[in-house]
Amino acid sequence: MSILEVHNIEKHFGPTRVLEDISFSLDQGQALAIIGSSGSGKTTLLRCLNFLEKPDRGTISVGGSVIFDAADPATQRESEVRKKRLHFGMVFQSFNLFPQYTALKNVTLAKELLSQERPDFKQNKKAILEQIQIEGQELLAKMGLSERANHYPSQLSGGQQQRVAIARALALKPDILCFDEPTSALDPELTGEVLKVIRSLAEQKTTMIIVTHEMAFARDVADDVIFMDGGVIVEKGPARDVIEHPREERTRQFLSRYSEN
Amino acid sequence: MFLTVIGALNEGFIQTLKLFAVTLIGALPLGLVVSFGSMSRFTPLRWLSRTVVWIIRGTPLMLQLIIIFYIPGYLLPSGSPWPSGESGRFLASAVAFIINYACYFSEIYRGGIQGVPVGQQEAGEVLGMTKGQIFRHITLLQMIKRIVPPMSNEIITLVKDTSIARIISMQEIIWAGYAFLKGSHGYSGLLWPLFFTGIYYLLFNGLLTLLFGWVEKKLDYFR
Ligand SMILES: Nc1ncnc2c1ncn2[C@@H]1O[C@H](COP(=O)(O)OP(=O)(O)OP(=O)(O)O)[C@@H](O)[C@H]1O
Ligand SMILES: [Mg+2]
Repeated sequence: MSILEVHNIEKHFGPTRVLEDISFSLDQGQALAIIGSSGSGKTTLLRCLNFLEKPDRGTISVGGSVIFDAADPATQRESEVRKKRLHFGMVFQSFNLFPQYTALKNVTLAKELLSQERPDFKQNKKAILEQIQIEGQELLAKMGLSERANHYPSQLSGGQQQRVAIARALALKPDILCFDEPTSALDPELTGEVLKVIRSLAEQKTTMIIVTHEMAFARDVADDVIFMDGGVIVEKGPARDVIEHPREERTRQFLSRYSEN
Repeated sequence: MFLTVIGALNEGFIQTLKLFAVTLIGALPLGLVVSFGSMSRFTPLRWLSRTVVWIIRGTPLMLQLIIIFYIPGYLLPSGSPWPSGESGRFLASAVAFIINYACYFSEIYRGGIQGVPVGQQEAGEVLGMTKGQIFRHITLLQMIKRIVPPMSNEIITLVKDTSIARIISMQEIIWAGYAFLKGSHGYSGLLWPLFFTGIYYLLFNGLLTLLFGWVEKKLDYFR
């Protein structure tokens, strides 16, 4: 069964339509790659899923229940949006780590704040916070960053920062982890370490949506690929098919720009 | 003679410090209110705030002080609202300084608040934090870090600007030093007390510079 179902999402910025009739679904444990040229609406789509933008039309369902319906204001209440966001994790192109906190604190902060809402927080405060610390350490270890737990973001390379950001997103155990061009802001020699981490997440069956310009990576790691252009989904299908044997002319043209260099 | 002069200068410097302190206590919070006005999504309020800031920053503090001290006396049938004597002069100075500095501070706040990248706010949001948590745990310290350097400049300027209150004869330290030139305490034609006031400013601003340097250093651990 699909964990995520997106139906007929449409989004305008003023008069310009940025997303049009976007529908797709994603199964538990699958990785979906979204490719497309600059300005095609990929970031906006991820931002809609994370409630950073409000779609003008359409619905978003997670685990069979509708968490957003543009036509139903009851699904858009501020108080509930905060909780619904937690279905999704987001890794930003520019990392957006909190500069005043160490790598470890970046990973644990949100969980610590959320745990204050637990009814047993007062009694078990110490044990709860300790557990969060341990989990944070484990996540950083998984990212190969045990040694860097107490470093501040400015003391880390771009690749290390992005891995901290991935750990931070994983800390809240989202159902679906979104990546917006996770390696685009990195020097070429640093992209490998980040892609490796994402690849291992895919092997562990983490449900993911990855916006990327790394075509070989999308082909090898994603189960499905969506090609977007001008705010619409032009083509979607199994990763290998779309990237190696695209059916649509627009997809072919887009991909040919990548195979040339 | 020296002790007489120092005594008189000390007295003037206490007035200077009082005006300095009262201005900070009033203008630091008022500036924050004005900066929220200047960033408001409610257009008339934004326009009003920005116009006030433009006028206050675009005209000399000395002129504002003169207007605040003298004009109400002409306009109000009941005469000047300021108490007579030094207390009235101090009060009028405090009001003028607070308004003037609140406008300068508001622009510093605005720069500090708008200087924090939206990505910080968004990163907090997608992690399920509330607006209050995002402000307290993420943006506040980053704002303070941005605000401290321009704020310390402005505060050191304020120390020197307090001497402008002399224009309405508030008895701050320059007034006290000048008195020995004009004639007071049985002395006249003394030039050095006036120059000597400079030492007070230098020492006090030196102290402030050290303090702000220390704060900046404390916030140096992140970028
Ligand atoms: N906040 C906004 N206000 C107005 N227009 C916007 C806004 N955000 C994005 N757009 C426009 O929406 C369109 C899609 O932008 P989006 O960032 O989603 O594209 P993208 O596919 O992520 O591109 P890239 O590959 O460059 O990241 C662009 O034309 C962009 O100019
Ligand atoms: Mg983008």
